[in-house]
Amino acid sequence: MGIRVLTPEKVSRLEKLLRNYLLSIGVNLALLIDEAGNILVSSGKNADVDVTSLAALAAANFGATNQIARILGEDDFSILYHKGKKDNIHLSKINDDIILVTVFTDEVPLGLVRLKANQLAKQIQEL
Amino acid sequence: MALIDLKKKEIYCKIVYYGPGRSGKTTNLLYIYNSLPEKFRGKLLTIETKGERTLFFDLLPLSLGKIKDLDIRLQLYTVPGQSLYKYARKIVLKGVDGIVFVADSLRIRREKNKESLEDLKEHLLEWNIDIHEIPLVFQYNKRDLGEIGIPILTIEELQEDLNRELKAPYFEAVAPKGIGVFETLKTISKMSIRYIVQKYLKYSD
Repeated sequence: MGIRVLTPEKVSRLEKLLRNYLLSIGVNLALLIDEAGNILVSSGKNADVDVTSLAALAAANFGATNQIARILGEDDFSILYHKGKKDNIHLSKINDDIILVTVFTDEVPLGLVRLKANQLAKQIQEL
Repeated sequence: MALIDLKKKEIYCKIVYYGPGRSGKTTNLLYIYNSLPEKFRGKLLTIETKGERTLFFDLLPLSLGKIKDLDIRLQLYTVPGQSLYKYARKIVLKGVDGIVFVADSLRIRREKNKESLEDLKEHLLEWNIDIHEIPLVFQYNKRDLGEIGIPILTIEELQEDLNRELKAPYFEAVAPKGIGVFETLKTISKMSIRYIVQKYLKYSD
């Protein structure tokens, strides 16, 4: 059992990355969470979203899908995407323990979100 | 995995209520939720249940006090107890910092308690956690049923079955009435926070 310590500098850098890569293209809300369901950093409009529950459910959703992957003989599914009437959610694995959660409307193209999420993942991995 | 956010000055701790189906894990969370004023508790999240079963997990975020200048944020989770939901339990245990094992005092549930504890040990090992190392508290629930003539296990029997080797703290409880609920929560929170802080001090050395 480990422990993760986020220094103010690290949080600021991660928030800046979320803003530069995702909020700048029109994403409403971007979160970095761990697989335990903790929020590491969040950025964007989250006034009416219960982010604590969102993070817990997103982590559990990811965990459940990983188990499905294993039943099918895959290692994991590294991307999940759920489409709603107005809001969409994209979950992608950044590294072993960190998941990027992105919430956006239909006005933002999915392809662009995926591209930016990939670029962001590389930046975070380098941190 | 515990999280310490030095920017927000918060320490996050994940506590999981484990145990066989219908032993009273969700009842513990409901009692805590209903007893605490709003300023200490977040929204109670329950994933749709079938009858009285938890299908995936319940989550209750609490903010209780401070340690040094860090606000303590507890996330209380339950697992689905029925053996069918094995994978769901494993997922909820990911990153756990402390465990409450809610055992059923009913005599007919004796084997279920033992099976559930074995299942817990197995899942913890899959996440590389040793049950001897992680903060753990036992809660022997439904102690009041003996009074109305339903056969229940004695505390000695429960201790012998579950806690003989682990020697963890234990509490007798009647969860719907709140008996033992906060005692259990207080003890597991203290143990888990102490454990995280020790790790943090080691980390910052």
